[in-house]
Parts: sequence; C-alpha cells; structure tokens
Amino acid sequence: MLMKRGAYEDKMENLLAYISVIFLIPLLSFLFQLIAPKSISSVMSYFSVALLFLSTILSSMCVYAFYNNSSWTFADWGIYGGLKLIEIPWVTMPDFHIGFGMNFDKLAVVMLFVVNLISFLVHLYSIDYMKGDKRYSRYFAYLGLFTFSMNGIVLSNNLFFTFIFWELVGFSSYLLIGFWYEKNSAGDAANKAFLVNRVGDIGMFLGIMLLFVNAGTFSYNAIQYAGIDNTIMTICGLLIFMGAVGKSAQFPLHVWLPDAMEGPTPVSALIHAATMVAAGVYLSLRIFPFLTLEALHVIALVGAITAIVASFIATSQYDIKKILAYSTVSQLGFMVCSIGVGAYFAAFFHLITHAMFKACLFLCSGSVIQAMHHSQDELHDHSKDPQDIRNMGGLRSKMPITFFAMLISTMSLCGFPLFSGFLSKDSIVAGTIAYYESFHGLTFIIPLFIILSAGLTAFYMFRLMFLVFFGESREGSINSHIKESSFYITAPIILLALLSFAFIFTFPNFNPLDSHGWFYNMLSIATPYQTLGYDMYQIESGIHHAHYSAIVLSITVAFIGFLLAFLKYYLKRDILSLSSNTIYINLKNLFRNKFYIDEAYEYFIVTPFLRLSKTVSIIDWDYYDQHFIDFWGWFTIKLSKISAVLDHSLLDQFIVDGFARLTNRSGKELQSSQNGVLQSYLFSGVLGLIVLLIIIQQLG
Amino acid sequence: METNILSILIFFPLLGILGMFIAYALKQSDIVFKYIALFATSVQLILTVWLYFNFDPSVVLSSDISINPVKFAVQVPWIENFNIQYFVGIDGLSAPLVFLTSLLMFICILASWNLSKHVFAYFALFLLLDTGMMGVFLSLDFFLFYIFWEVMLLPMYFLIGIWGGPERKYAAIKFFLYTLFGSVFLLLGMIALYFYSGIQSFNLIALISAAPSITGELWGFQIKYLIWIALFIGFAIKVPIFPFHTWLPLAHVEAPTSISVILAGVLLKMGIYGLLRISYPLLPGEVIAFSYTLAILAVINIIWGATNAIAQRDLKKMVAYSSISHMGYVLLGMAAVASTSPAGTQAGMNGAVMQMFNHGVITAMLFLLVGMLYDRAHHRWIVFPDDYEKPELAGELGFGGVSNKMPIYSGFVMIAFFAGLGLPGLSGFISEAFCFIGGFSIFTFLTVIGTLGILLNAVYFLRAYQRIFWGEESASTQELSEISVREIVILTPLLLLIVALGVYPSPLIDIIQPAVQGIIDTVQSVL
Repeated sequence: MLMKRGAYEDKMENLLAYISVIFLIPLLSFLFQLIAPKSISSVMSYFSVALLFLSTILSSMCVYAFYNNSSWTFADWGIYGGLKLIEIPWVTMPDFHIGFGMNFDKLAVVMLFVVNLISFLVHLYSIDYMKGDKRYSRYFAYLGLFTFSMNGIVLSNNLFFTFIFWELVGFSSYLLIGFWYEKNSAGDAANKAFLVNRVGDIGMFLGIMLLFVNAGTFSYNAIQYAGIDNTIMTICGLLIFMGAVGKSAQFPLHVWLPDAMEGPTPVSALIHAATMVAAGVYLSLRIFPFLTLEALHVIALVGAITAIVASFIATSQYDIKKILAYSTVSQLGFMVCSIGVGAYFAAFFHLITHAMFKACLFLCSGSVIQAMHHSQDELHDHSKDPQDIRNMGGLRSKMPITFFAMLISTMSLCGFPLFSGFLSKDSIVAGTIAYYESFHGLTFIIPLFIILSAGLTAFYMFRLMFLVFFGESREGSINSHIKESSFYITAPIILLALLSFAFIFTFPNFNPLDSHGWFYNMLSIATPYQTLGYDMYQIESGIHHAHYSAIVLSITVAFIGFLLAFLKYYLKRDILSLSSNTIYINLKNLFRNKFYIDEAYEYFIVTPFLRLSKTVSIIDWDYYDQHFIDFWGWFTIKLSKISAVLDHSLLDQFIVDGFARLTNRSGKELQSSQNGVLQSYLFSGVLGLIVLLIIIQQLG
Repeated sequence: METNILSILIFFPLLGILGMFIAYALKQSDIVFKYIALFATSVQLILTVWLYFNFDPSVVLSSDISINPVKFAVQVPWIENFNIQYFVGIDGLSAPLVFLTSLLMFICILASWNLSKHVFAYFALFLLLDTGMMGVFLSLDFFLFYIFWEVMLLPMYFLIGIWGGPERKYAAIKFFLYTLFGSVFLLLGMIALYFYSGIQSFNLIALISAAPSITGELWGFQIKYLIWIALFIGFAIKVPIFPFHTWLPLAHVEAPTSISVILAGVLLKMGIYGLLRISYPLLPGEVIAFSYTLAILAVINIIWGATNAIAQRDLKKMVAYSSISHMGYVLLGMAAVASTSPAGTQAGMNGAVMQMFNHGVITAMLFLLVGMLYDRAHHRWIVFPDDYEKPELAGELGFGGVSNKMPIYSGFVMIAFFAGLGLPGLSGFISEAFCFIGGFSIFTFLTVIGTLGILLNAVYFLRAYQRIFWGEESASTQELSEISVREIVILTPLLLLIVALGVYPSPLIDIIQPAVQGIIDTVQSVL
C-alpha cells in the first residue's frame, strides 16, 4: 500500500511538471516572438509551431495518464488533503490571501489538450495563411499570449486567477480582432469585443466579490461547502455567469462575436469558435456545483434563447464567416442551456466536439476565402467580396479536400449519425427533454427552442454548402482561377475533419448511435454529484429515459432542415411560394438585420451615453468651473476692489488724511494754546497720560 | 551618514541649487545646469533605492513609537518656544512614495533635457520642488509638514506659469489660489489640533495618543469634527476630490510635460498621504463616521472623472480626467477602513496605498507619452469623424495609423493605456481590484455603481487608441518619427515597474502592509 502510494505521488509529480511546462510554453512563444528580429520571423514561426506541438504531445500524455487512473477525481486534489496542490503565494496580508494554484482534473486536462491541439493546428495553418503579412511575428506572438491565457483559465484553481486570465484572454482576442487595424471596421470590432466582454466581466467580478465576502475564499473547491444562503448563492452564480454570457457570446451580449470575424480567419477558428468562447462554458462547468436551482433555470433559458435567436439570424446571412459565427453563438447556446438543465457531461462533450468541427469549418472557410482572394489577385480585380457566398459556387471540384473536410464537419455540426456532433447534441436534446419532464409547465420552451434550432442548424449549414460548393459558379472568372490550398492549410483541416467522426470519441464502441466509449468512461465520472442545484442522480436517469426520443427527434429535425435547404438551394424550388409572401419577407429582413439588436444598443445606449458624457463635460467645465468656481475669483477681485476703494477713499483719504487735516487744523487752532503758559502744557500732558493709562488698563 | 539619510534626501536638491548658483556665477552654459540637476536627482534616486531595501517596514508610525527608536528617524527641537520639532521618519506608507518621487524626479529631469527657455530657473525650481515633496513625505511633525507643503506650491506656480502652454498664467494662478485656499483649512486644522490636544505639540506621533482626548465644541459642532472637516478640505483639494477637482484638468493640460508628470504622479498622492498619515490616525472616530460620505465621493469621482474623460478630445485632458477617476478608486479603498470584515479592510486599505503608487507610475508614463506625441506633432487632438459636419475631412486634422509610423512608441502607449484601464498582469488591475473588494465588503451598493468605472475607463482609452494609432495613416501622421533612445530609456523603468508589479505585487505589498495595518488598527480601535 505504501509502495503504491509512493508510485501514485511520483506519477502526480511528473504530471505536475508536465502541466507546468504546458502552461508556460505558449508564454515562451509569445516572448520569443516579441523580441525576435524581423529578419528571422519565418524561422520563428516554425519555432512556435514546434513549441505548440510539444505542448500538445505533453497534454495528450496528461490526458492518457488521467484516463488510466479513472479514480483520480476532483477530490484528490481539492480540500480533502491527498496531494498538496502547488500554490504560489501571490498576495499575503494577515487576513487576505491570494495564491496562484493549478487545479487539474479530467475536465482540465481534456480541455488543456483541446486548447493546445487546436492552437497547434492553427499555428501550422497560419504559416501559409499569414505569409507575407507585415506583422507576421506579431501575429504569432499574440497567438502565444492567447494560448497562455487560455491555459491559465483552464488550470487556475481559484476565481481570482480565473478572472485575471479571463481578462487576458479578452485582451489577446482584442489584439487579434484588431490585427488588421488599418481597416476601421477591424478597430471598431476589437473595441466592441473588449467593451462588451467588460460588461460581462463586471458582473463576474461582482459575483466573485460577493462570494468572497460571504465565503472568505476564491477557491473553487471551498466555495461549495461554505454554506451560504441560497438567495445570495443564486445572485453570485448569476453574476459569475454574466462573465460567461460575455465571453461565450450569449444573448444579449452576443453582439461582439459576429463582428469579431474581422480578425484573420485562423484566429476566428481558434479563439472565436473553438476555445475562448468555450471558456464561458468551461467556467460554468467549474462553478456548476454551487449553482442554485434558480440560477440554473435562468442559465437554461439564456442558452435556449441564444440558440434559437442566433440560428434564425444565421439562416439569412451571406458572409461565410458571419454564418459560421452565428452558428457558433447558437452552438454555445446549446452548451449553456445544457448546463442549465443539468446535463453536465453533455455540455462538456459538446464543447469538445464543437471545438473540433467548428475549428475545421472555420479553417475550411479560410481556405475558401484565401482561394477566392488569390484568384482575385490573379485577375487584378478586387471588386467582389471574397467572403460573400453569393460570389462563390461550384467550388466542389476545384477544392476537393476543403470540400470533403467541410462536408464532414457540417454533417457533424448538424448532428447526423456517425459524426461526433450527433452524440453530443443528442445528449443535450435528451437533457432538455428530461428537464421538461421534471418541471413541466412553461419549461417546454427549452426543448422546443433547442430542437427547433437543431433543425435550423441543418438548414443554414446546407444552405451554405450548396451555395459555396454546388451548382454553377456565379462568378465564372473568379471560379476559373480557384486552386486548392497548400499542405499547411489542408493538413490541419484533414486532421480536424477526422476528429469530427463519432468513433474518435466512442472508441472501442462503433455503434454510431451510442455515445459510450473511452470519452464517456473517462469523463462521466467527473460529473459532480454534490451540487446545490440538482439531484444529479435523478438528472442522469431522466436523461437516460429521454435518450431514445431525443435520438428520433434530433435525426428528424436535422433531416428536415437538410431537406428544406436541398429543395431551396440545390433544386431551387420555391417552397410553398414563400418568396412572395410578405410575412416571410419581413421575417427574413428581421433575421438579416440580426433582430436589430445592434441598432437598439446603438440607439438606446451608446449614442445617449456619448451625448451624456458631452453634457457632463460641459457642465463640469463650462458651467461648474468657469462660472461657479471662477465666480469666487471674480467675487474676490470685486471684493478687493471695493476694499481698495474703501481703503483709499474712506480709510486713507478720509480717515487717515482726515486726521492729518484735523491735526493741521487743530494745530492752527491750537496755536492759540501755545501761549507760553506752563500750566497749560502741564495740564495737557497729564490729561494725555491719563488717557493713555486708561487705554492700557482697558487692553490689559 | 546612515542616520541622516532622510535629511540628505530632503536637502540634497538644495545643494544642487547651490551648485547651480555657483555655476551661474561662473557663467557656465545651460548644459551644466542640466547635469547638476541630473546629478542631484540621481544621487537621490540611488539613496532612495538603498533606503527602500534597508528601512524597517515593520515600523508602524501611526502608533506610539516613543518606546522604540525608529531606524533612520531624526528628532531634534527646532522652534522650542512653540515645541516645534524637526522630526522626520520613514515607514511603509511613505517609502513607496519617496521612491516614486525620486524616480519621477530623475525621469523628469531627463524628459526636460531639450528645454531651452530659462534653463537655470527651470531646473532650480524643479529641485526646490523636489525638496518640498520629499519633506512632505518624510515629516512627522505637522508644522514641518505644513512648511514643506507650502514650499512646494511656489515652484509649482512658476513652473506652470512660465513654461506652460498657451493658458499657463490662468492655469498657474488658479492652481495656486485653489491650493492656497486648501492650505488655509489645513493651517486652521493644524492650529486647532495644537491647542485642543492639550499637549501643545505638532509631533504627529505624540498627537496620535493625545488626539482621542480632544473635546470641546465650537459654534455648536464637535471640535474634532471641525478639525476633520478642515483637514479634509485641505487634503481633498490636492487629491482632488469632487467637487474640488476642476483645477486639475487645467493645470495638467497647461503644465509642461514634466510638470504634469509630477503633478499627477506625486502631488495628487499628497492629499491621500495626508489623509492617511494625519487624519486617519488622529481622528479615527470621525473617519469611521465619515466613511460613508467618503465612499459616495469616491464613486462620484470614479464615474464623473471617467464620463468627462470620454467626452475629451484633447488627449492630455483625457488623461487628466482619468486621474480623477483613478483617485476615486483610492478613496473607495480608503473608505473600507470602516469595514467589519478584516479581509475587506486589508484589501481596501492596502489596495488604496498600492493604487497611489501604481497610479503614480502609470499616469506618469501616460503624461510622458502624451508629451512625446505633442513634441512631434504639436497637437494632441483625438479626432472623431462623427464630431464633424464633413466626416471625410476629419482625417486631415487628427492622427491615424500612428502604429505604423511609431511601432515602439505605440507599444508603450498600449501597455500604458491598458494599465490605465486595469488589465490584469499590469499593476493597475491589482490595486483597483483590491479597492473594490474593500469597498464591496462594506458599501456594497455604492461599489456596484463604482464598478461601472471599469467599463467607462476602458471606453475612453480604447476609443482614443483606435483613433490615434489605428486606421489609415493621416496627413499629420506622415511627419512623425519614432521615439529616440533617450525617450525609451525614460519610459523603460516605468514600464518595468508596471509589468513587474502587475505580475507579482508582493514586493510592494509586503512593504506597505505593516504600516497600513497600523493605521487600520488605530482607526478601528474606536469601533
């Protein structure tokens, strides 16, 4: 037993070393890229790729180690003793401590692996995609900073440090969105992303403070057992969830994500599809044990609304990246909703599968955009938007690898059997059905929204596929110059497409309808059973019961969605002659204009606030300072002038000089008293002395 | 030498002035004055760095220290008739500020290296200012403190009034009168303390034990409360606390770069320092009673300053208003002294003192950066196309795409801006966060409003950054040149401090923490 304990500790310590290395590698990449001279930037990019490859390998080893030791759970590392966590003291005051600790459990290592894997692939992809950019090494530096911050969120064991890395992730996202800052739209999008995220972050920070004030700790592990009042816990949970609403682009703070597509496409794949936006979901999973029932209801609702709103918008966009962006928002809604209904495992599963296929989709779209761009370069004609799907068409034969990869990841996203997306999405649908079955009443809207948006997903994705890859090319000259992308671009795409197959996650189980397999075995145990919100055993059995109806429903709606897209965009049929229906047109306009949410913010918040700030500054300076404060200066000067007048005319001219005049006159008068009579002198002198004595006595 | 190091720190700049007079008499050229000033401040800087590592941070000057002699403290009678002493000492509250002062002084001498107008007078006044500031931070006798407080005013008046911008005379007289107005209250409070404490002393340490026994009424008010109000007004004008803040944007904008740096980096801290050194330990009951009002003022400062900053189109004025907002964080942290949660109090008070130091560094860097841009372009407008009737012409007036022209410079600005808006990993974040945590533990609702500042501060920094550094290169950007090595040398120490303290704040916290705890204990002893 003792021997075994020793081996166990050794293994843990090795892992600790690995994880510290993984954590710091991207930072190293960032620093090297910052200081490297421009002349060696192309070599440096390979160096960064190699570093990220190393961290991917190391993190896969960590995953393997955790897989083999299925008994290692959260508790081994937490407050129950066991192995001591590394915790570096950061701030030490008598009653106030913050330390930087790393918390790793199965959730963390799997997440770490996904982050580093996708980051590695995106680094690889960017070598070609960003070639020739004048800020080439700066780009890789920012990617490194992002990956480092993301690792920090994944590993941090307390909310304070999560918040620190949370903001750093936002900062690197800001830098990358605004990477092509010569374009005003890129700058605007970067600012918007940072500020909208800050709104969420304020909520998160307030939640963290509220927890700290009540629980006296920032640590994830300790908060759950702090025994705080349910109402306060609900407020805390929702406030911290606000951070997730911002970062994971949930309604109503989703507006920054579509604009964030101004950044380079590999960035969109890494940050705005696979990892950073999933950080909100990851955070919600971390705080899941201390989310109360009331908070969870709200979270489920927010997720469901996000899913449906975003998928409606996605149906009528034309920019290939915008469609994918709204699709991301919608899928994040699925995950958040899944957390809200208690389907903990499903949410994490979908996070992972989504990271793979959505990264693949974005990288494919990047491949298409680059091909369009190059073709336009050859034609010396940049009049057509290379991202507009109306300018594409018939690319299937020109870019076969991109096409097949994109097809696979689309099938996965739409939730067709055989693909990973099916498994995770099906679990989420099952979770929402189970949720309705335990709460009834109005909660039916949750499964309704989720299932409906699952159908819409298939519709808008196949709309995109048919418009881009099938049919006749709508811009023949551009089409004729389209070429398949290079190895650096296709290799990551192929790998990610392969990772979108179901058996990757269900190995060694090959039944496409059954999610059991290594992933399930490894992570379903990680579900926390002691929570403030749900009875997790009941939730699990509910999901189990809803499983089959969920399979039937999700396959059906996905198929209907596909069919509608096939009819409308492949066969070009006017279904039910909708295109002339005014309601349909109005709805379509509403979707195309994103429900006018951006306009509403602009109109009701941004513009009035800027106007207010201007008014405030006028009040502050022109009225308060120039009139009120300077009034006192003016007043003092007036006063001093009056006093000068008094001083001169009254005191000096009248009184003082008056005395002089008086003396003068009395002198003349008194000349008569200079009569040489000694008695008169003596008398006057004594009189003066008496007066003087009286005065002195009075003063004394 | 060791025992007199504090006196050397205070008076060494005066020696520098003497040296400059000799050089003047010998008809030396301007460059000699610059080297003398540089020498004086660099000696001072070396001494403060040595002092920073060698003073005893466990000393708590806010409690009775008469039993144990304090390292480096000097206490000798000065004007014996009135029991006025020359009493100087250092603890964790003053040490960071002393270091900050000498660092900024050194940097500002370098930053004014190209000055050509009345060089002798400028550097002599600068060194006189140095003596005044050092004296304020090191005095432990209220009278001595007051003398130095006033000594500072005069050089400042001339430095703004002679070397300032177009409206320098107006700005200088306004600054002078406004501050003098505050000094009158300070003087009244000081004299009242002297007479009512019953010990007829200005010794701040002795007053701490004597002050609780002050009783009496004047015009129907508790005399202690009147003293608190008088001192508060005196200090509030320096901070500045709303509604005494409007001298600041004017003075900062009109002052030459180096003076803005000193104004924002050091002078604003004196108000806070005075409150913490004098008002807090001497009048704990009033501090507790006033803390709610202080928190309200803090939140007003945060929101009002930031909202005003958003509307500014002059970059320097924007930075000036951001200072008002950032001093609000300090006040919020200070208000947390009344909190019943020990963790909250410690976070708030330590956060406030840290924020003093961090803001000093960050804002100094911001003003230096603004000055560098102004030196090149001779304007500093942030041009928003929407402000104009013909937005397409706006680009000709303002900056745009400066990042491409001045990549190193824009990197410095980015770090300074993000430090200003409280990005984690840079020093501003940690102190702001602590101020909020402190405030939240007692004034929850007010702090919730105050956290809006996190957003508003980001708004103006990001908007300004985008307008100046991003976008297409505009006409006025074309002529700009990258910053010189001298300028990089000036900025680098500040940058390193911002990053180092952001990544690992303990070196600062460990030094200030015992002194702050002493203040907390003294104030909370009345609870």
